[in-house]
Amino acid sequence: MIAPAPPLLEMRGIVKSFPGVKALRGVDLSLQSGKVLALLGENGAGKSTLMKILGGAHRADAGTIHIAGQELHFHSPQDSRRAGIAIIYQEFNLVPGLTAWENIFLGQERTRAGFIERKQERQRATEIFQRLGVQIDLDAPCRRLTTAQQQLVEIAKALAFDARIIVMDEPSAALTSHEVERLFEIIRDLRQQGIGIIYISHRLEEIFTIANRVTVLRDGANVGERPIDQLTRQQMIELMVGRELKDEFPKRSVAIGAPRLKVSGLRRGRLVRDVSFEVRGGEILALTGLIGAGRTEVVRLIFGADQREGGDIQLDGRTLALRSPRDAIAAGIGLLTEDRKLQGLILGHSVRENFGLPNLDWLAADGFVRVRREREEFARYVDTLRIKVPHQEQHARNLSGGNQQKVVLAKWLARDCEVLIFDEPTRGIDVGAKYEIYLLINALAAQGKAIVMISSEMPEVLGMADRILVMHDGRVTGEITDVAHATQEQMMQLAVA
Amino acid sequence: MKPTLQRLLSDYGMIFVLLLLCAFFSAVTMTEQTPTGEAAARQLASELRGSVGKEGRVLIAVRPQAEDQVFAHALEQTLSQAGIPTTVVSGEPRDAREALVKLAASQQPLAAIAGNHVTAAWLVFADIPTDFPALGHPRIVKPRSYRWPNFLKSENLLNIANQIAVIAIVAIGMTMVIITAGIDLSVGSLIALSAVLAARFIRDYAGATHASATGMTVACLAAILLCGAVGAFSGGMITLFRIPPFIVTLAMMLVGSGLAYLLAQGQSIYQIPDSFVWLGRGADFLHIPNAVLLMLVLYVLAHILMSRMRLGRYLYAVGGNREAARLSGVPVQRVLLFAYAASGLLAGLGGVIMASQLKSGSPTYGNMYELYIIAAVVVGGTSLSGGEGRMLGTLVGAFTIAVIQNGMNLTNVESYTQKVVLGLVILAAVLLDTLRHRRWNRGGSAD
Repeated sequence: MIAPAPPLLEMRGIVKSFPGVKALRGVDLSLQSGKVLALLGENGAGKSTLMKILGGAHRADAGTIHIAGQELHFHSPQDSRRAGIAIIYQEFNLVPGLTAWENIFLGQERTRAGFIERKQERQRATEIFQRLGVQIDLDAPCRRLTTAQQQLVEIAKALAFDARIIVMDEPSAALTSHEVERLFEIIRDLRQQGIGIIYISHRLEEIFTIANRVTVLRDGANVGERPIDQLTRQQMIELMVGRELKDEFPKRSVAIGAPRLKVSGLRRGRLVRDVSFEVRGGEILALTGLIGAGRTEVVRLIFGADQREGGDIQLDGRTLALRSPRDAIAAGIGLLTEDRKLQGLILGHSVRENFGLPNLDWLAADGFVRVRREREEFARYVDTLRIKVPHQEQHARNLSGGNQQKVVLAKWLARDCEVLIFDEPTRGIDVGAKYEIYLLINALAAQGKAIVMISSEMPEVLGMADRILVMHDGRVTGEITDVAHATQEQMMQLAVA
Repeated sequence: MKPTLQRLLSDYGMIFVLLLLCAFFSAVTMTEQTPTGEAAARQLASELRGSVGKEGRVLIAVRPQAEDQVFAHALEQTLSQAGIPTTVVSGEPRDAREALVKLAASQQPLAAIAGNHVTAAWLVFADIPTDFPALGHPRIVKPRSYRWPNFLKSENLLNIANQIAVIAIVAIGMTMVIITAGIDLSVGSLIALSAVLAARFIRDYAGATHASATGMTVACLAAILLCGAVGAFSGGMITLFRIPPFIVTLAMMLVGSGLAYLLAQGQSIYQIPDSFVWLGRGADFLHIPNAVLLMLVLYVLAHILMSRMRLGRYLYAVGGNREAARLSGVPVQRVLLFAYAASGLLAGLGGVIMASQLKSGSPTYGNMYELYIIAAVVVGGTSLSGGEGRMLGTLVGAFTIAVIQNGMNLTNVESYTQKVVLGLVILAAVLLDTLRHRRWNRGGSAD
């Protein structure tokens, strides 16, 4: 009998504090080679901090890291990389203007006398992509690749330095379901090669498909570690939020009123081709389809963020001449963008100032900002939305995803818009906060507002919408009115049209 | 630490650096100071009134210089009001001897001889009881000297303020532009253009050296507005065609400077009435120069704009995240246009002040000023990447630069060395600021 081999990665008793916050309170994590470990937890549970310690970006206050039985200390990301650890963050670390193969060897160039061996690098990149079983235009600048292709470049980058451990943070967030399938095939392939994978995701169905084990964190501590087949979806959610959840989607019954928002013949190049629909008061209309189908482009036209080449927008029977978001906001339309960090918030400004920004027309009617009024108004929303902020001057950057989304919500709720458009309202948000946001959307519908919701998560669409429009290639390819009896397959059929 | 205090420190931490510099230059310029003119007269008068009776005569000995004459005149008046008879002698020790001889001949004893630190030491007064027994034993009095830094003399401080007024005023506009994540390289040229325009308008249309106050005001306003129009043009190019601000304003810097030389035909324009210097050199209120008063008023207004008004909030928002601001309903283009127009207007005003200080308009004015102005803004804690910064920080930054220059002038540092030191100090100030910010912004999310 030989002693069992030590695990590929063993983190023990990891403690990490930030000023005012104890992010990790002695977390354990262990990963076998050739396995996929799902790391679960709400936003703020400490997943990212733990992975940053593994990646050498942060240093733990206490605790040990063993790789294949050998204790290692990481002082920098380079140390971690040398130990065979690759971390693929949600926001990719690619230089947009460099080609795929240049990005793969960025920081690990193969050189002779200071000159890059272009041929050799390109050859090696081709081999890696062959190993992954995918084809990518190696010589195109990365900005021209799709999100899925960029992710493959990140994976290739990890393989180029023979990583033994690959961490994927929300890898599926920006992928279509077809691309997710492809990603899973690659992950299975990597497992065959003995690579250990830590998979972070909020999409529970994916976890069941791909993971072998699950480690759940809550408030910086382990709350459970089990093989996947000993857990149900319900148990997983309960472990993460620490309480029982009756339903993932809140029930509601709202009388649907008269048509409010009506768009017809909306056009912009090849992205939006002749889109028409209407939304009634109290109705939640879901706009779905694959990424790139033109959903976001449609709502940006309605919001005046892009110039439309044709089409009419009517609100309560009045035709709106929208030329900018400012006009749309004045007309009573609000848009919660898909990308909070780049489009929804000014990260370096306080949450109070972010909240006030679209509301300055009434908070500063004569040009002078009523700061006290602003503070009181925001305090009200901090209470009702249960936004976790230490104080109102906190920079938006320092909030978790869920709390950032709540600040964005607060800024639009304070405007009392007649039409609210939510673009991926729960992307990257933990289960508990998701439920609260669903409740809020329902409450808005109950006030007779017209709601448009874009979502790539099919269960969310089926659970929330009164009516579903499916888009493909810039056109509306289908409408599902009987949502209660709709299936994911039915939506998929329309989406690939 | 409490968030408000933390914010205050991080916003105005440069104040401490400025105070430190002031303390340093005060220490190295500490020197013996002797009062002159009226101050000296006041001091001696109060001393003599206490010790000399009405019967005692006072001889006042001074040199022919202006400040000595002021001293003698003031002292003579105060003493005669108190009923003390005086004799004033003005000139060389020889003149003093003649006066003493005369006084001795008329048998009038002397109670005291008042002089300044030079005349009181004249040898002729050294041994009066033996040389002129008839005069008795007069006391020799002179103003007491005291130790005080040259740097901290009120004239010097006002001089610093007056020297920096132009840069500080133009830096207001630059702060706004930099907060929107832009830059305005054209301000130095606009200073020259404005000075030349104002001088030419006065020379050609307002009656040259006989120009009226109204005529000069109109000429200056026209110059300022034209510079504002140039700024607005830059803003238009930046917003409508999305050309980077660096490029647009670099081009306008060349255009502005070239126009200034063309309009002035390469020379200074000095056919301007004497009264034109009122703005730049006059001091109507509490001895504070008018330009400095104007600067302070503008800073108060700009501070209110940036911290209390919607427009200020919009400027920060555009610089912090242009797309997020646009999607929140901020009229981004109008806000940017305002920033560059304001920068142009303030550069125009700076040019007018400079023309007034120097009583002429020349295309060489404002050369390299854009760099000092940007330095003032950056030293004041405004981030070049936009979205953060404080107006009063810029004022502190401008004064930091002025204090360093002035201090080195007082300590006789050569002008080439001054440049090296100034550059290093700017670097150090910004480094300090960056390090402090990094420490406080660290921590991040616990996510």
